[in-house]
Formats: sequence, structure tokens, C-alpha cells
Amino acid sequence: MANYKMHILVCGGTGCRASQSEMILDNLKTELETKGLSDEIQVIQTGCFGFCEKGPIVKIMPDNTFYVEVTPEDVKEIIDEHIIKGRRVNRLLYVNPDNQEHIADSKHMGFYKKQLRIALRNCGFIDPENIDEAIAKDAYQALGKALVEMSPDQVIAVMKDSGLRGRGGGGFPAGLKWEFAAKNASDQKYVVCNADEGDPGAFMDRSILEGDPHSVLEAMALCGYSTGANKGLIYIRAEYPLAIERLKIAMKQAEEYGFLGKDILGSGFDFEIELRYGAGAFVCGEETALIHSMEGERGEPTVKPPFPAESGYLKKPTNVNNVETFANVPVILLKGAEWYKSIGTEKSSGTKVFALAGKINNVGLIEVPMGTTLREVIFEIGGGIKDGKKFKAVQTGGPSGGCLTEKHLDTPIDFDNLIAVGSMMGSGGMIVMDEDDCMVSMAKFYLEFTVEESCGKCSPCRIGNKRLYELLTKITEGKGTMEDLDLLRNLSEVIKDTSLCGLGQTSPNPVLSTMSNFWDEYIEHVTDKKCSAGQCAALKQYIIDPEACVGCTACARVCPVNAISGERKMPHEINQDICIKCNACFEKCKFNAISIN
Amino acid sequence: MSKIFGGIKMAKIKSLADLKKKQDEVRSKLNLRDKADNPESLVQIKVAMATCGIASGAKEIMEFFVNELGKRNIDAVVTQTGCMGYCYAEPTIEVQLPGQEPVVYGYVDSKKADKIIELYIKKGELVDGIIPQNYETIDNK
Repeated sequence: MANYKMHILVCGGTGCRASQSEMILDNLKTELETKGLSDEIQVIQTGCFGFCEKGPIVKIMPDNTFYVEVTPEDVKEIIDEHIIKGRRVNRLLYVNPDNQEHIADSKHMGFYKKQLRIALRNCGFIDPENIDEAIAKDAYQALGKALVEMSPDQVIAVMKDSGLRGRGGGGFPAGLKWEFAAKNASDQKYVVCNADEGDPGAFMDRSILEGDPHSVLEAMALCGYSTGANKGLIYIRAEYPLAIERLKIAMKQAEEYGFLGKDILGSGFDFEIELRYGAGAFVCGEETALIHSMEGERGEPTVKPPFPAESGYLKKPTNVNNVETFANVPVILLKGAEWYKSIGTEKSSGTKVFALAGKINNVGLIEVPMGTTLREVIFEIGGGIKDGKKFKAVQTGGPSGGCLTEKHLDTPIDFDNLIAVGSMMGSGGMIVMDEDDCMVSMAKFYLEFTVEESCGKCSPCRIGNKRLYELLTKITEGKGTMEDLDLLRNLSEVIKDTSLCGLGQTSPNPVLSTMSNFWDEYIEHVTDKKCSAGQCAALKQYIIDPEACVGCTACARVCPVNAISGERKMPHEINQDICIKCNACFEKCKFNAISIN
Repeated sequence: MSKIFGGIKMAKIKSLADLKKKQDEVRSKLNLRDKADNPESLVQIKVAMATCGIASGAKEIMEFFVNELGKRNIDAVVTQTGCMGYCYAEPTIEVQLPGQEPVVYGYVDSKKADKIIELYIKKGELVDGIIPQNYETIDNK
């Protein structure tokens, strides 16, 4: 450092700011000024440390001291003791809950970092268009090790022991899937990477392909080696142009180095990869539909069995895994099944990448060990709810999943726990909702998506979902009856039981889970004709308060349907039959005379 | 700059031993960039260039750094990288001064980029808006 001897970092994340971190910042600056230290010590505000539970956080550099739960009153002591006398303020250090020891150096507080990056290990570190940087970070080492030192069966054994489950949503054990494909003898087999990421709000697969494409190429080659396939196909959405470009560059570089192609690393094993583009149909994320789409057929699912491991692409044994699943594979082979199993929970080993979206402060991509709770994900890593609003629910598993509420916040996230509470892991999109979100509208939004994306092959999905959507629309318009609610529930059950593929079997989940968690809201819409979140436009009522209205006519002039009438300088009135709830009058009124019911 | 593959045909790697040799070679090349202790050595800047970053202007920021560092005679390597996960704070960049821990900055526009060059890169003063690393890597695990 040229001028400053020390830096004091103050967390400026939303959580810490709510507990006066800005005042801490000001006090630090003032105190340093008074002591004449402003030229030697720099005070700086940072983003969220992801440890909001113990905020506000103050970190001193270069000695890495990490103070927690600091108050503005503690500033003087920090300066007098730590900065001037060089003695740490013990009472502000983090106390290790296991042994009550004070921990000073944040380097020894790995556990405060709730995230562990395995699938995302190289994203944001390496240049994805430079294979050398990937090699420096162990790319293709696992492939080399497997080809030279391991038999295909040994690779599969490691995969099975690791307990890695498919990250595309279903959670089927990947090693077992590989074994099925390996056992089916055939002159030609295929490895398919499912990069048809379609859940609204999910972007983890895209980020992996854009940030570390070699991890996926390497894993596909490993899968080919162990299952006896020498051809790989990546089915990727055409809407992901950057991921496609980076994959192409990565494939070319891997071929030039000889990690793909003939006689890889002198082992005699051949493996080549081709790209196939999807046109963006959601159902093509289902593996049989995906295979049909690659074959040039309509993207429609077929009944399993036969499973793709038996009869897949061009009727040959095919193993399909999703991007994130593949991205885990090379690390598992290098570090071993035991290592991988030590992370996560007993039945769901490893980590899961989540895309945080919605009403959350730190929108972004995170990766946490399985078993992390929703509370940790949303309130620690995610930095809590935007604008200090109240958490209402989080939708996991996209349109096939369900919503989880406050009472589920402490449930450890893994495949089985999420299913037990009526949702599912899905591919990892997490959409966070606050008090202003209407759960009936939310269910309607997902149904709209499903109706649009249903391939139409089976009637429960094609017709049933449409009817569900119509019922939900009726309810959000205030025309629903109690009978409609019964019908909604029964129809949902029937669609779940009778649909052909995963899309239809799970599409009523948002309805069922909101009905079970937010029954009151449905009743409110049906009997009181009200939407307390204020999202259902048809249930809103704009009313002018005759006491507050001065008769300025501004609202009447801005109303697009002439629903407002009244004499100049006299209170105005809104004709509810004509009003279209466009909100224009509300925005225009300078006297707060218009309220929304 | 970021393109090391300027149309040069790469040699095939024919065995695991070759691959290990290659890894040592590229690692030391990166290490040279990482841990160089002579003060004249390079400043490294990585710009997160996934779709989210690019949509928020990462390309312009990368160009800004390449052009401005050149104009201001600062020896630096500017490379692109994938998503760092801080999508709420795009564009994000990581700056590593010689011999020091990397620092991540979020919400980088050209004004902030200018500040980072003038204050952090030239003088070692931190600039507001650092994003602390809040995850563990597999190297420590």
C-alpha cells in the first residue's frame, strides 16, 4: 500500500446497513479524523459478507481481524485498542459455538462462508476461452487418470459410491444411470448432455457452460469411457448464444490438444462431441422428448420404459445427464467418492447450485452444501428480502415445484426433504416472494407457463392444465366460488396421476402447494373478493376520499376511460363499473385523496 | 491480450505424463502472474463476462480497462472470465495487485473503473463497493 497502513472494511450489505453500519462508518471516519489518523488508515464500505446473522461486520486489514455485531459505540474502542495499541478487541470477535473460543482471523472462519463451490469451481476464475487456464485448474486430469489408471467399471463404482444425484431435478443417482447404460451391449452408444435449461428464473447451467465449458466436456468423455460410448451430444437451447460460442471454442481447443477425438491421451479411447440446438420448448428438458427432438421428431415425451439407457438416441443405449451433474464429475474422480460423500447430507451428497431471483437483495448464483437451510440461503447468502419487506414464500423447482413458506425456513435443503414438504429440488431456480406477492396469481403465472409449454400429446396435461388456468383466472377476477376451489384441487390430483410425462405430472404442484400453504388467500379471493397483496387488478377498488379531494380535476383528466366525474373544486367520484384499475389517477393525485382497497 | 490462441496450432497432448507436464507449465505461467514479487510485475484484472455481466455492460468495461491502462502506461493483463455469482452487482471485476490477495469490485461503470485505476491500482487505496468472498473453494476442502 502506498499511503495507507491499514484498511478498515465495514459491511454495507442491506442487513448490516439496517443495523447501523453506516453510522459505524461515519464514527470511524470522525474518530480517525480526531486522532489525526485519516491519512494512515482508510475506511471503506464493502458489499455483503454473507454473514448477516452476525452483522454488522467490520474487518481490519491486513491482519484479517473479523469483528461481528459491532455497534456505533464500539468504534472508539476499536480505534483506541486495535488501531493505536495493536490489541484486538476480544469481546467483538466471533465465538466458535463448538468450543467457545474467540476466532480473530477470518481465514480460520471458513464455516462462516456458507457456500462451497464445486460445480462452479472455475466460474469467475478462469478465462473460459483459454484451455490452458482450465488445465492449470485441473481440467482433463480426471480424464487422464481414468483412462490410464482405471477401468470403466472402476469409474462407475466411484460415481456410485459418491452418491451424486442428477441435478436436473429428478435426483436419480448418476452412477446407477451410468451403470445401466454400460450394461446394455450395443455397437453404438451415446452420451447426452442436457443443457435445455427451461425453468423460469434458472440460469446455473448457462453460467457453468459460459464460465467453465471444459468441465462438462471432460465429464462427458469420462461418461463415454465408462459406459462404452464414443459419441457425445450436447442439447443446448438456441437462446444461449454465448454458451454455444464458448462451447464451440472449448471443443475446438480440446480437439487440438487431443482431449477429444481419436486415441485420447494415447489410451486408444475415441470420443467426439457434437452440439444440437433446441428451439426452447420446455418439455424438451424431459429426456425422452429431448432425444426425439434430436432425432428430428416432434419434441414429445414417450413412456418409460424403455429407458434411454436401453433404447435412447436412434434406439441405441444413451445416458442423459444435465450440465451441473456433469460439472461435478471430474472433481469426484480426482478427490474420490469419500471426499464427495463427506459433503452434504446422507442421502444427497455434495452441493447444489441455486439461482436466486425475485425479491431478494443478492440476486445471483450460489452453491451450497446439501442440507443448508432455506434461512441460510435467503437471509445470509441472499442478504434478505428487498426493501426490508416481509418474506412470504420461495418457489423452488420452477413450474414443477412448489412454494415453501416461513415454517419451512429451517428445513435442510436436499432432494428428499423438499419433496416431503411438497416442493422439489428442480434444477435450482429459487424465486423469492414477499408480502406484496399474491399466491393465487403466482400459481396462475406458472400455469400460464405450463399451458404454453404443454406439448399436447396427452389430454390431462393439454386440457386439464388449461382448465386449471381458467379456474385460477376466474378466482383472481373475483368470480370464483367454493365449488371452484374443490374442482381446482380434484382436477390437480387427476392431472398429476394421469399425465404422461414429468411436465404434466408436476404442473399442478404450484396450485396444490399454494392451496395447502395459503388456503386463506384463496378463501379471501373467493368469499371476500379481496386480494390483500393488491396484485389482482380486478379485485382492486380505487376510491376518492371526499374530505381530501380538492376538485383539481387532475384525476378526471388523466383517466383513460372517463370513469371519474365531478364539478371543479368539488369532490370527485369514480364509477366502479367503468374503472379499469390502471392506477393512473392514483399516481396523478397530489393530495393523497385516492386510496386502493 | 486475452487471446493466447492467436491462430497458433497447438501440439497434441499424447499421454497422461504429457498432460501433467503441460499442467506444470501453464501453472507456472499463471503463478508467475499470481505471485510475482517484483513491484514492476503485472496487475491482473478479470472481468466477469457471462451473459449477465455482458448485459450490464461488462464488454464496455473491459474495453475501458484495456484502453485506459494502455494510455496510462500501466502494465496489466485484462482477461475475461465467467460468472462470479454476484449478478446483482454486475458488472463485476477482480483486481489483483502484484503480491496481494485479489479484490472483487461490483457495480463497475466507467467512472468507478477510472477510480479503481487511479486510486487502487496506482496508489493501493481501496475503493468503495468491494464484494467480500463469501464462499469456500475445493482447494481448502
